[in-house]
Amino acid sequence: MDGMATPKILLEVRKCQQAYHKDASTDLVVLDDVNLELVEGEIVGLLGRSGSGKSTLLRIVAGLLAPTAGEVMWRGAPLTGPAQGVAMVFQSFALFPWLTVQENVELGLEAQGIARTEREKRAESAIDLIGLGGFESAYPKELSGGMRQRVGLARALVVHPDLLLMDEPFSALDVLTAETLRTDLIDLWMEARLPLKSMLMVTHNIEEAVLMCDRILIFSSNPGRVAHEIRVPFAHPRDRMAVDFRRMVDDIYALMTRRAVAAPSAAPAHPLAIPLPPINPNQMAGLLEELEGPPYHGKADLPHLAEALQLEVDELLPLGEALHLLGFAVLAEGDLRLTPAGREFVAAGTEERKAQFGTALRAHVPLVRMIRQVLDERWNHRAAAMRFRDELEDHMSPDYAEETLRTAIGWGRFAEIYSYDEEEQQFSLEDLD
Amino acid sequence: MALLRSTHPAFAQSRRLPNRWDLAALLCVFGALVALAQAVRGTLAPIDAPEAVTIHLDAIYLPYYALRTTLRMFAALAASLLFTLIYAAGAAKSRRAALVMVPALDILQSVPILGFLTFTVVFFMNLFPGKVLGLELAAIFAIFTSQAWNMAFSLYQSLITVPAELREAARCFQLSAWQRFWRLEVPFGTPGLVWNTMMSMSGGWFFVVAAEAVSVGDQTWKLPGIGSYVAQALEARDIRAVCYAIAAMLAVILAYDQLLFRPLVAWSAKFRFEDVPTAGPPEPWLLRLMRRTRLLRQGGEAFGQALTAFGGMRLAKRPHAVLSRAENSRLGDFAFSAVLLGVVGLAVWQIVAMIATSLGWADVLQALGLGCITLVRVSVLMALASLVWVPVGVWLGLRPVWARRAQPVAQFAAAFPANLLFPPVVLFIVYFQLNPDIWLSPLMILGTQWYILFNVIAGASVMPPDLIWAAGNFRVGGWLWWKRVMLPGIFPYYVTGAITASGGSWNAAIVSEVASWGDTKLTAHGLGAYIAQATTAGDMTRVVLGVAVMCGFVLLVNRLLWRPLHAYGVRRFTFD
Repeated sequence: MDGMATPKILLEVRKCQQAYHKDASTDLVVLDDVNLELVEGEIVGLLGRSGSGKSTLLRIVAGLLAPTAGEVMWRGAPLTGPAQGVAMVFQSFALFPWLTVQENVELGLEAQGIARTEREKRAESAIDLIGLGGFESAYPKELSGGMRQRVGLARALVVHPDLLLMDEPFSALDVLTAETLRTDLIDLWMEARLPLKSMLMVTHNIEEAVLMCDRILIFSSNPGRVAHEIRVPFAHPRDRMAVDFRRMVDDIYALMTRRAVAAPSAAPAHPLAIPLPPINPNQMAGLLEELEGPPYHGKADLPHLAEALQLEVDELLPLGEALHLLGFAVLAEGDLRLTPAGREFVAAGTEERKAQFGTALRAHVPLVRMIRQVLDERWNHRAAAMRFRDELEDHMSPDYAEETLRTAIGWGRFAEIYSYDEEEQQFSLEDLD
Repeated sequence: MALLRSTHPAFAQSRRLPNRWDLAALLCVFGALVALAQAVRGTLAPIDAPEAVTIHLDAIYLPYYALRTTLRMFAALAASLLFTLIYAAGAAKSRRAALVMVPALDILQSVPILGFLTFTVVFFMNLFPGKVLGLELAAIFAIFTSQAWNMAFSLYQSLITVPAELREAARCFQLSAWQRFWRLEVPFGTPGLVWNTMMSMSGGWFFVVAAEAVSVGDQTWKLPGIGSYVAQALEARDIRAVCYAIAAMLAVILAYDQLLFRPLVAWSAKFRFEDVPTAGPPEPWLLRLMRRTRLLRQGGEAFGQALTAFGGMRLAKRPHAVLSRAENSRLGDFAFSAVLLGVVGLAVWQIVAMIATSLGWADVLQALGLGCITLVRVSVLMALASLVWVPVGVWLGLRPVWARRAQPVAQFAAAFPANLLFPPVVLFIVYFQLNPDIWLSPLMILGTQWYILFNVIAGASVMPPDLIWAAGNFRVGGWLWWKRVMLPGIFPYYVTGAITASGGSWNAAIVSEVASWGDTKLTAHGLGAYIAQATTAGDMTRVVLGVAVMCGFVLLVNRLLWRPLHAYGVRRFTFD
């Protein structure tokens, strides 16, 4: 594993692009100009926010999805479909509930037409390796999350893949279980007991990436690009509390927030092209109050804040961005700083907060302003949500458009700028004082 | 309560109003029916009667007749399963095919099957002139048409909702299309399919009984079976024989319920896609027996392994990477549209030609008017049945012990072919000289009301106890309790039951608006009687007209009333 003269190249991704086809306007690019080279003996992490295209890249590498442009070479040959020698572990485990642990593990072997006795032998050794011995005849639903993911791992390892792909493998598990599984996996890797040459994992957890990977690719969103590449030089087992470890985590936070803030201000030509994160006003108020009080007194370091509030970077960053967008706080260089408007908001009572939130919305969120304007202009003060969704879809993917519209509905309702009828899918000005 | 939770309706489409694909499907279905009717009309006269089958009223023959009836059911079941696998897979794999195949299923589901018995009997008898086989096939086909549509719908719905990550896992581990179908897609659809199959089969007893004795014109054909036994008993005015038949049917349904329905539904719980194991109902005794008896267990395992080997065959292509942008093959779309337009055009021509040659507008108006009468009848009966069974169902559903006992009884009652119970009622009407327009009506809902009952029981029993306690805590009682707590809680379940009950009642109208006892004929005014009389007269065009009008009524009621209600209930009143 360690430091051969010239490590062999397993996988090459060149100028890969993935785009959504939109009939009316231009294509929406999810993944743009991504290059990736994977050699034997390394663990590489794809780190990024949700929607940065990192899971899409993993599916392209798995041969499940064909890229719209660019090429993928697996062991020197173009990849046209799921390849022998590549196996995948899924975030939701993706176990077949009607098969036992043993049968789930045997699935890949069965697809290859391997004889039954051979199948059983290999499955049993994979099951024992991953610590599932004794659970062979259990059904997945009888197992805890951690045990289920072990089945997922055993199912992938049993086909003796050269490359193991993992899509946020620990994010559906509780903190302790996830940690045990991570260390177990790294231990097996270090002891060279895994029948693998390399691992590629997707994560949004910065510490997890620094803990496990030899190399981290940080993705920016909208469109997804590789923004940074970081080598992790620490030897296993790694100490989360080590100074160097902490510094690297802080640095990555800074990198990710820099990109996060830079992106929306630089990219959108159109005011509607700002995606709104799925954050509700109460979460924002909670974070503002936290920020105003001790020990932060208006300025907090994101990694500390994340740890104190037990939030993952994927949860904290959208919150910070929402506050930044509305002018209640400034997000920069891994810090979150309260603005005067933010302080005023914290000091205010319920009704005043609504008013201030409304003012901020009208000033900073063009979508909300536009919805209200349309409602004011219509004789019956009603407008279908569809109309705005279509307009948003000209600037972002359908999922983002839906999420953005949902957020705009929630924010506008809170500030009593308009009301919304879920049954009719209509905005209106009814029930407003 | 795995058994109680599995009352999914076989449809759950979000769209409500008919669109152009519905129209295309509707025209295709009716065009085919008209063509069939024409073909049959041309060859009606020279049919040879099959060798006379005498039905003995002696009770000693009943076990044999019951066996024949049951075998017919299973033959139809096998055909329905095969059809389901092919049709659902076809509709799920092809975007274009689904556009017509799915609405076609929806329409076929609401076609009153009994109205077509005549065509199908004549059609199959023409295929096998002078043989009982034709009649046999016609009966099996009638049962098939009562089962297949909703089974196919259920499997189709499952196939298009297989979780994306499971699909990816299957492709990632290189399962071929064949292996994916048997390893992933069919197992995923199994709970829904088993439940719908068992419900269809319950409904099927009604049709097998009706299909065993068919008369067209002045000819009557009988197949050995319980249905023809009853028909014979009616002709002979033998009430004792009728009672024997009812007892025999009870025994058959009990065996079906215990040996097939319950074990299968309990077994299929294993395929349910859920995270936590749910405590199901106690294991049916047959499953327990199979687990404990060595021979049976080994037999079951060998069967299972054979199936596994079958599904594991490495047929079809290995998976390949898919382009995320949907490949719009213009040429394919064009060819598809052209073929469809051609078929629709042909269908329209068939229908117009038939109406122009042998029907006038007066006929259409008459059928519509009679349809309204039957609509009133169905509506009133549904309202009455709801008034009775909703409170009863809620009472039972809130008491788990009672719910567990009552649920199987209600399901059992729904499976029992209500047409066997008609003779005693008819006797009653004849004896007291009652008005058939009113007193024949309850027969329509005799067999179908149970769907309301057991769905309401299911709904009330899964009502979150917290809500009931909260209502008690705030002293919510009387009408307010029903309005704010219980009725919204059971609403989606009630609608599911009501859809089945109302559809079934329309179908039952064909056999219940006309009844006879020996030479005494009772007739109520309505569309069912219209179809029944046209059938007896051998008037194919009027049968098609009546069936089309009835189908239209059922579709409209479903689309304008039940489906919006169901969608509303699912949106507003489900606990997630």
